Amino acid sequence: MSTLAVHTPYTVPVGMMDALQVTLLVLVAAGATAVVLIRAPVRQVLMLSTYGVLLAVLFLAFQAPDVTLSELTVGAVVLPVVILLTLAKVRKPEQ
Amino acid sequence: MTPRQRRWIFLIAGAGLAAFYLWGLSGLPGFGHYPGPYGPAILRIAVAQTNATGVVSAINFDYRGFDTVGEEFILFVAAMGVATVLRPLRGERERPALDEAADRDAPPTSSAVRMVALLFTGPVVLAGWWLASHAQTNPSGGFQGGILLATAFILIYLSGEFLVFERFSPADLTDVAEAVGAGGFVAIGLAAIAMNLPYLDNYLPLGTIPGAVSSSGTIALISFFVGIEVAAAFTAIVGELLDQTLLRSA
Repeated sequence: MSTLAVHTPYTVPVGMMDALQVTLLVLVAAGATAVVLIRAPVRQVLMLSTYGVLLAVLFLAFQAPDVTLSELTVGAVVLPVVILLTLAKVRKPEQ
Repeated sequence: MTPRQRRWIFLIAGAGLAAFYLWGLSGLPGFGHYPGPYGPAILRIAVAQTNATGVVSAINFDYRGFDTVGEEFILFVAAMGVATVLRPLRGERERPALDEAADRDAPPTSSAVRMVALLFTGPVVLAGWWLASHAQTNPSGGFQGGILLATAFILIYLSGEFLVFERFSPADLTDVAEAVGAGGFVAIGLAAIAMNLPYLDNYLPLGTIPGAVSSSGTIALISFFVGIEVAAAFTAIVGELLDQTLLRSA
């Protein structure tokens, strides 16, 4: 993994970067599992949003800041909002 | 078919999938070792060729600009599809956003939510425009900036009432903005053909300082139009869904 150490004024030691990346991968796997296991729709949406944030941080740690920005806005905000609105529509009793 | 038979079919299919998956994994290049020729080549020439230090934007809006036109129209068609599927059907009418029972107050938005949404709206708009207009200098771009702009409209909805959201993002305006954004991208490309250059060729002056806001020619301009298109498309999609929660069959 040593090829990932890009030398910039902000260079992070390789060992620390590896630890960070492995930690984030485990967190993302746990987050994805939690999204699937939670059955109550509203709670599931909140977990999905949290999962979006985790994934965004993962992309940042893997040096893809542009994907981080997209994931943060789409995965953590817009997708949960769209699902919440759908739930609001479905739940409303028809008169 | 008994549950027992089904389980056996699943186990056999699952084992086959796992075997193929592991076989595929074993053939992957090592972690962090990209074997292709394009990455290193682009990294070597991109800044010198385009004067954009946001190399990802240079790739998205210049080297593979044609792909990005296609992606842009995926979003365009998706927004159009949502608008078509969610149109008011015969017999459906919109009820007022306010509670209809005169003697009952609609639950007010909590002041904490209003406050946070209000505080964030301005900075989010600023950050959105900044991202959409700085694709040439850093890893931002029209897509990220556009969605951030759309979330500003979601914040306006959260901070107040649906009517305010509609006033800030009337459907006619988002439709026009979407068309201008998507059409602008295509028009920039067509202008190159008019100059006897390949479609989406970067024909504008590249500026003298790599990474300056005024640098990179068409890359910055395309990112700007993509920002408009993406912001309008997502605002339109969210607006359509909000409309749906207010519809009821008569």
